[in-house]
Amino acid sequence: MAESTAVTKKRPPFRIRIEPRLSEPPSWYPAVVSFVALIVALILGGVLISLAGGDPIKSYQHIAKASFGDVGVLSDTIVKATPILLAALACSVAFRMKLWNIGAEGQFIMGAFGASAIVLAPVLPEETPRIIFIPVMMVAGMAAGAIWGFIPGYLKARFNVNEIISTLMLNYVAVAWINFWIFGVWTEGGFQMSPKFPTTAWLPRLLEYSKSVSFFRGLTTHFGLVLGIIAAVILWFIVFRSRWGYEIRLIGDNPQAAQYAGINIKQNIVWVMMLSGALAGLGGMSEVSGVVHRLQTAPLAAGYGFTGIIVAWLAKLNPLVIIVASVLFGALILAGREIQPSGVPKMIQGIILVCLIASDFMLRYRIVLERGEE
Amino acid sequence: MDFTIILQAGIASGTVLLFATLGELFAERSGVLNLGVEGMMLIGAMSAFSTTIATGNPWLGVVVAMLFAGLISQIHAYIVITLQADQVVSGLSLTFLGTGISLVLGEGLSKAGTVSLLPNFSIPGLDLIPFLGKIFFTDQSILVYIGYLLVPLSWYYINRTRPGLHLRAVGEYPSAADALGISVFRLRYLYVFVGGMLAGLAGATISLAVSPGWFSELTTGGQGWIAIGLVIFAQWDPVRAAIGAYAFGALRRLILDIQGPLVLLGFDNPFYYNPYLGFFLQMLPYLFTVAVLVIGSREAMRKRIGAPAALGNPYIRGERGK
Repeated sequence: MAESTAVTKKRPPFRIRIEPRLSEPPSWYPAVVSFVALIVALILGGVLISLAGGDPIKSYQHIAKASFGDVGVLSDTIVKATPILLAALACSVAFRMKLWNIGAEGQFIMGAFGASAIVLAPVLPEETPRIIFIPVMMVAGMAAGAIWGFIPGYLKARFNVNEIISTLMLNYVAVAWINFWIFGVWTEGGFQMSPKFPTTAWLPRLLEYSKSVSFFRGLTTHFGLVLGIIAAVILWFIVFRSRWGYEIRLIGDNPQAAQYAGINIKQNIVWVMMLSGALAGLGGMSEVSGVVHRLQTAPLAAGYGFTGIIVAWLAKLNPLVIIVASVLFGALILAGREIQPSGVPKMIQGIILVCLIASDFMLRYRIVLERGEE
Repeated sequence: MDFTIILQAGIASGTVLLFATLGELFAERSGVLNLGVEGMMLIGAMSAFSTTIATGNPWLGVVVAMLFAGLISQIHAYIVITLQADQVVSGLSLTFLGTGISLVLGEGLSKAGTVSLLPNFSIPGLDLIPFLGKIFFTDQSILVYIGYLLVPLSWYYINRTRPGLHLRAVGEYPSAADALGISVFRLRYLYVFVGGMLAGLAGATISLAVSPGWFSELTTGGQGWIAIGLVIFAQWDPVRAAIGAYAFGALRRLILDIQGPLVLLGFDNPFYYNPYLGFFLQMLPYLFTVAVLVIGSREAMRKRIGAPAALGNPYIRGERGK
């Protein structure tokens, strides 16, 4: 009996075959794939939330309402998106060269430290006008971040030290470093924070202009957003329209060809790590001067550098797409604060990244439906 | 300060790193880089602790931790082996995912109280050896002794047995291994699973033996990343991995204990009187990891030895393998 069924078993009406893509997919295709991956991730996240005893639909509704519900929360979303934007830009340029800078978090923290040192050391007196204060803080933050990026870059170029581990280790060192300054030197009456900065060291916020434009009342969106967008545009030009950017992309795609073309890979490793660190450092400066207004560990070492990795990947390393993607993640983090259990935003971020990476398969292969013959 | 006590505790805390490092070593020997160690360790620590709370049986906790972490590791295996995605990004995403899941499922566990822990005991006879007996064989957790056994067993397995030869072949020259009828895909899945289980065991070692409890992300505090660094330092050799792991364990303990006494080596202890100097001590394990990487990388460059040749590359049948 069993044998006869095996013989008469019908072939399925169609077969699924997977074959490598030989030509580039159309330009809209990667965006659609990423979007579908995002949706799948949210569905999977919902399943896990309900397994953990939560209500996924309520959770997502809550996220949407608490982040885009009205102008006030939208402004808060943008405030959260700003540090993510700069951290993601930092990751994107290094990743473009297949240089795995996982240390945007530490470079971000050091940037905040560098900017704070200008106020707290103090390098500039308190009554310095804002027009001087802010640019000096920006330079200091970017320099501190660049130094923190230089160390692993140099070690990689000189000794071939794995940059994933070295950048990650330096994150922990950066946290201990600012903790030392907050507790030991600049403590505010023994608390774990520095004194508040003078308002001349604050980045301008929309609410300051509410006298002339009443619409801006209570909106905390600060100038860091403008800095981030300018940085994104400049980075886009560097990566896609400059000779340096061409070298970076070539090294990332085919290091051997780059070598034969006479590109100095080691030098590029150091420079790109410094650029990456400087961007993350600017993020730290923008956060400390635009939001926190004092040097304090918890709100600065909040994982923006790690979220930046996911955002950079979601945006396929394109600086302009990063602007949009970071707003999405700003929303997730802002609304996630009130969601129980509190690990949910982190878990959803992890699921999104897993789905995005898995979806890359669809860019390299295509699924072909074939009608079965006979 | 009694240094034998510090070293004794250091061996226990080094056992965590030992398990994680050995696990990663197996995965990398098969050609798969798994940066998800930190996430898998958190999964292991959380599930070991919560299972033990629920059942009162720490052994069950260890088993669940190893299985859960092994299961999570298969996500990475699927993405990089079957879907051939980038191993670096996939491993990172595994760390995010593992951290997130363990935070969600571990919600409230930090206040769950104490659990029955795995037994500590001394090895009769061996504990009488002067100095070393006190450090290695007196009042250690059973997991520490399992660690001692695992090191020579791993070395023997990798270097002297047929399955070990297959493991190395798959990591060094997968297309040749495939031509000989060794299933590259199956072995890679298997050793990523082994790596996940050992990372889970490392996590369980924290939450059930070394520093019992669940302290969210601080439970592991970056030890998974240190383990990945140690694999490079160890040059993919289990014995060197053990030396590195125990040295790091001792360093971690030393940092904790050095801040206690009023007098240190005959001087006023600066770390006692200026507690904020402790932050520089906290940096040490991480700075040491970087230093150890520099040493390991330079040595590898000089001796022209290196990572398994196929590490980080997906194996695609029909393409010319490396």
